[in-house]
Amino acid sequence: MTNTVYVPIDSAATSVGATAVALAITAEARRRDIDIRLVRNGSRGLLWLEPLVEVETVEGRVGYGPVTAADVAALFDSDFLTGADNGFSVGIVEDIPWLADQQRVTFARVGVIDPLDINDYEAHGGLTGLRTAIALGPSKTVEEVLASGLRGRGGAGFPAGIKWRTVLEAESGQKYVCCNADEGDSGTFADRMLMEGDPFTLIEGMAIAGIAGGATKGLIYIRSEYPDAIATMRAALLIARGCGLLGDDVLGSGKAFDISVRVGAGSYVCGEETAMLESLEGKRGMVRAKPPIPALHGLFGEPTIVNNVLTLGTVPMILAQGAAAYQALGADRSRGTQVFQLAGNIARGGIVERAFGISLKELVETYGGGTRSGRPVRSVQVGGPLGAYFPASALDVAMDYEALLAAGGMLGHGGIVVFDDSVDMAQQARFAMEFCSKESCGKCTPCRVGSVRGTEVIDKIINNVDRNENLELLNDLCDLMIDGSLCAMGGLTPMPVLSALRQFPEDFQR
Amino acid sequence: MAHRVRPWTQADGQELLKLLPYDERLILPALQAVQQGFGYVPKEAVAQIAVALNVSVADVHGVLTYYHELRTTASAPIIVAICVAEACQAAGARELIVHVSANLAPVGGRSTDDQVDVVEVFCLGNCALGPAALINERLVGRLTPNTLEAALSDARVAL
Repeated sequence: MTNTVYVPIDSAATSVGATAVALAITAEARRRDIDIRLVRNGSRGLLWLEPLVEVETVEGRVGYGPVTAADVAALFDSDFLTGADNGFSVGIVEDIPWLADQQRVTFARVGVIDPLDINDYEAHGGLTGLRTAIALGPSKTVEEVLASGLRGRGGAGFPAGIKWRTVLEAESGQKYVCCNADEGDSGTFADRMLMEGDPFTLIEGMAIAGIAGGATKGLIYIRSEYPDAIATMRAALLIARGCGLLGDDVLGSGKAFDISVRVGAGSYVCGEETAMLESLEGKRGMVRAKPPIPALHGLFGEPTIVNNVLTLGTVPMILAQGAAAYQALGADRSRGTQVFQLAGNIARGGIVERAFGISLKELVETYGGGTRSGRPVRSVQVGGPLGAYFPASALDVAMDYEALLAAGGMLGHGGIVVFDDSVDMAQQARFAMEFCSKESCGKCTPCRVGSVRGTEVIDKIINNVDRNENLELLNDLCDLMIDGSLCAMGGLTPMPVLSALRQFPEDFQR
Repeated sequence: MAHRVRPWTQADGQELLKLLPYDERLILPALQAVQQGFGYVPKEAVAQIAVALNVSVADVHGVLTYYHELRTTASAPIIVAICVAEACQAAGARELIVHVSANLAPVGGRSTDDQVDVVEVFCLGNCALGPAALINERLVGRLTPNTLEAALSDARVAL
């Protein structure tokens, strides 16, 4: 029997040596005259175990990790090809409680399949959603997405079905589907992992959106910082065209839909949907005033469905399993699952997909296992660089859109960054303003000028110059940025600043 | 990112712009193609793009100066893009940058042997395995001064 061995090709795994491990396994097998089939899968998302090697056995896939190329000979010596329990073994991967307790919908196939094997994709439920959508037709497909309660996973949380319905009802000769893969928030990597680990689900989701909204052209805007995701998506698009998933007659439906990849050039604000549309038009990534909304006046002024990778990547599962199944998960108005990303100084970082409503505490402590450094957790930033800092004493907050807003934070794209007690929260507040000053598109004054002034004022506070006056000034400035900015960049930068100031005042007076 | 490039000439620039697919005959993709082909965007290419796309020189210049990655001079053969965003800060990026500044080049600078440019980047999507950097499009994680040095040696060998 040929042994099947899995070594992830996900760039997080390769960043810590997975490709060297894969090469060493191939060489060692050849040296020992053992026939193996090596599959480069996506990552399961248990990133602290990367590189995580898996071996197919009758009981299931047995994992070994973290493994280095230097460990490979020892792996063979200790019979890892039979699933033997040796020093590297983590047991049956799907039985690891960290993974077994998750509710993987969007990430159901990531780490399981060969990302560029369309047959493997179909064998694991792929294309069922698109076939369902073709059979249902545009209106009923939109109704399914509406009924599922799916909201935008990019951060704004707008109901996807309402956008889709708006585009469907708009009159135009050319409509577009634009996928926002400009995942710039620090602490987030789910878009990247989905594109690298299950690219066909994004393609299928965009094709469903195209059929539902009446669009024939799709564009994926991927940030240049993700070279592997760009390469994987481009390869997947070629395969998709070759097998009729894209083209003039999508899966025999008589409908045309095709997708191309566009690459960013290093601009955080291009993750804002209107700035992304400007960038897709080849211009400076300047934010547009809304209204008009992109659903009516989007790319090149035409009706455009703009959704995040996770939103579009979830749609095939919703259509395949029915809106009711997805809607049954979640809390209050946050339906379905959220792909949480555990990051920063964390012992067990990675992807945790769970229904909305799980507590931040459970994510950080039970899944995350506290800090990687072993020191106490002091602060947790939720929702990217524009999200609030929570002190370790206030992690008992439910992770859903509304509960987080009520707690003074926001869900954003689901990133969770943990800091230990060596963090200087005044420096983190300063960084938030400095980041805004570097990445502001410059269109509106509160953001463009406010962020520069904000950095200066925080410096004065840190250096004890007219402390009380400058604290008052900082609060005033933050109010102005919140109320007066055109988009979330300037409007939300005060969130990390003010949460740091209010929760950790001692760091601002040293 | 750095890779083998050829010197810009009027004729080669013209040829490259002709190869742009119809729906990418736009300013940003044109600038990216020029940078890909020649390593940076020479001043003469700005006027050439403006003519080819029937837009003003100011429009092209505006896009060129907006995006962090577009450059108007050649880079060093190796670009080390170090993540300076929050998740990597939490994992020790600030300390790593102090080391790099002292031993290689400051952020935004070039090494004394002219082989390496050090630039900052806001997130590489490797936030659970920080500190992270992109060395000529190769992502590296769990960085320490030693592992960064090893990855740099690999990049030097690959030149």
